Amino acid sequence: MEMKEMTYKDAIRLGMSEEMRRDKNVIFFGEDIGLYGGAFGLSVGMLDEFGEDRVKDTPISEAVIAGAAAGAAATGLRPICEMMFMDFVTIAMDNLANQAAKMRYMFGGKAKVPMVMRLPAGSGTGAAAQHTQSLEAWLCHVPGLKVVTPSTPAQAKGLIKAAIRDDNPVCFIEHKLLYKEKGDVPIDEDYIVPLGVSDIKKEGTDVTIISYGTILQKVMIAAQDVEKEGISVEVVDPITLYPMDIETIIKSVKKTGRAIVVHEAAKTGGLGGEIAASITESEAFDYLDAPVLRLAGLDVPIPYNRNLEAAVVPGVDEIKNAIYKVMNR
Amino acid sequence: MALTKETLLEMYFRMNEARFFEEKVAWFFARGMVHGTTHLSIGQEASGVASCMALKKCDLVSATHRGHSQVIGFGLDLNRITAELLGKETGYCKGKGGSMHIADIDSGNLGANGIVGGGYAISVGAALSQQYLKTGRVVLCFAGDGSTNEGSFHESLNLASIWKLPVIFYIENNLYGMSTSIDKHMNIKDIADRAKSYGIPGIVIDGNDAIEVYETIEKAAEHTRSGKGPILIESKTYRWSGHSKSDAQAYRTKEEVEEWKAKDPIKRLRKYMIENEIASEEELNKVEENAATALEEAVEFAINSPEPKVETVTDDVYA
Ligand SMILES: Cc1ncc(C[n+]2csc(CCOP(=O)(O)OP(=O)(O)O)c2C)c(N)n1
Ligand SMILES: [Mg+2]
Repeated sequence: MEMKEMTYKDAIRLGMSEEMRRDKNVIFFGEDIGLYGGAFGLSVGMLDEFGEDRVKDTPISEAVIAGAAAGAAATGLRPICEMMFMDFVTIAMDNLANQAAKMRYMFGGKAKVPMVMRLPAGSGTGAAAQHTQSLEAWLCHVPGLKVVTPSTPAQAKGLIKAAIRDDNPVCFIEHKLLYKEKGDVPIDEDYIVPLGVSDIKKEGTDVTIISYGTILQKVMIAAQDVEKEGISVEVVDPITLYPMDIETIIKSVKKTGRAIVVHEAAKTGGLGGEIAASITESEAFDYLDAPVLRLAGLDVPIPYNRNLEAAVVPGVDEIKNAIYKVMNR
Repeated sequence: MALTKETLLEMYFRMNEARFFEEKVAWFFARGMVHGTTHLSIGQEASGVASCMALKKCDLVSATHRGHSQVIGFGLDLNRITAELLGKETGYCKGKGGSMHIADIDSGNLGANGIVGGGYAISVGAALSQQYLKTGRVVLCFAGDGSTNEGSFHESLNLASIWKLPVIFYIENNLYGMSTSIDKHMNIKDIADRAKSYGIPGIVIDGNDAIEVYETIEKAAEHTRSGKGPILIESKTYRWSGHSKSDAQAYRTKEEVEEWKAKDPIKRLRKYMIENEIASEEELNKVEENAATALEEAVEFAINSPEPKVETVTDDVYA
């Protein structure tokens, strides 16, 4: 496969642009996405290429952004809409959860709602409590929505394309701290990362760590560190958070006998609990040598002060300690 | 109540404090001494300061993400504001809020808000408390032009109008919501026209004229305090700086910015006081110096303040 190095942010733009070239019914709207290029400069240049009919600035109105995406999707378009920050999905939630997610089922399978909502998430930016949340569990709790989140530039490009081509509402969660991360990205226009398929990022035999998003980088560092001490870690990135490819995770845990879920989002009600329960309910239970651990953000709003902010999210040392714990070391 | 010399000088002092503060904030950011982002209110000092000063001491204010002039106008302590900006333990929010969330509920400051339009509904609730508890206090709800396109604007003005709540919805129309100019984000010229649909007064004022701002808010406060219900005021002004820390400002011309810089609200108030022989050049220079000194002291206080202890990260989630 021919590759080109690019950032996570550029990969998302490339994926969107390719799909917009391919299908003229794909349109894109949100706050300050046109001339300004989005709050993070992700969509710079798209207005020039696709024009105002297809790259549309909206007023500051998250409710109608989500609702208009749903309505347009149900009537022939394939809209991509953007929440400037994931935190603002709270305002869009009625249209997303009560309209977009339920239309098809409620109407007896008659509607299709092929929309994508892009949601920049995560802390570490100093933007304080209302601009840093990781609300993926809220979204996963609404049947009818799909929820995906790429952790590399290649995934970002392939996954946004798959999300746009999907006939359902897909919440595409982006990680602000990954925007500038570089990686090799397939330039093939048919390269997609299918929804519902997880990625084994690293093979191992002693412990399975399930993790996604920004914190996955810390997991990889911890895994490499403990490797030197003779602990072999398998790392699984689910990529699609709902509906999750739990089979791959179960298979891995049957092999390793130990599992830790690591995410940045607050622990209580987070996906960690869901994944842990899915493991213990499965045939992997009989293979477990230790309780399944959850390592997650503290149950607090994200504070502004740098040190406090850093203290909310698990660090490499905490991940290593969790590994030692399940290894009984 | 006519504007006394004392009030005018205090207003001039706070407007200068606000200007110096914002310049310092920009300086801190340029040196990477503060993380996160910030929204400067340079150019909007009359709108933020004079409005708050027209309130009674007991009244309440809800501020916006572009809230530094607003909280300085409200009379919060510059030391603690600056400490919050630097994320220090002595800051108004113990370092947990930062630039976008400076607040002091105890003194009636309901906080700056990171959610555009986030202040409308909580202002309605605060006004409900005042009405129910018969405190005689009113709420001044700051918001930006862009925020009036949020659903919460409509819901809040409607509810406040039928319940006749003591709240002033004060829209600082600086012509842009981020990069989107008002002619692109709404189909009318004056936001004040929206008042009609709630059957409440809607007034347009020159937000760069501190005197007009003060007198309008004073009257509006009287109106709403007397039980006549809410009022919508549109204060036309302009932000000199970009929207936030990172903004190439491709959406506006240098000429437009220069045009508005010529309408500097601080110089304008100074000119007014001199022309009307309220204060001398020397007196006003002295006020400016005092404001500069106050800021220097605040910066020193903030820099020398301790960082919050990491253990406090889990404090204050619940009462
Ligand atoms: C609900 C919500 N949507 C979007 C944003 C991002 N944002 C922050 S400020 C801003 C522009 C606000 O415009 P306006 O209300 O006119 O206030 P101004 O910045 O001009 O003072 C935007 C879009 C936000 N903070 N909250
Ligand atoms: Mg504005």
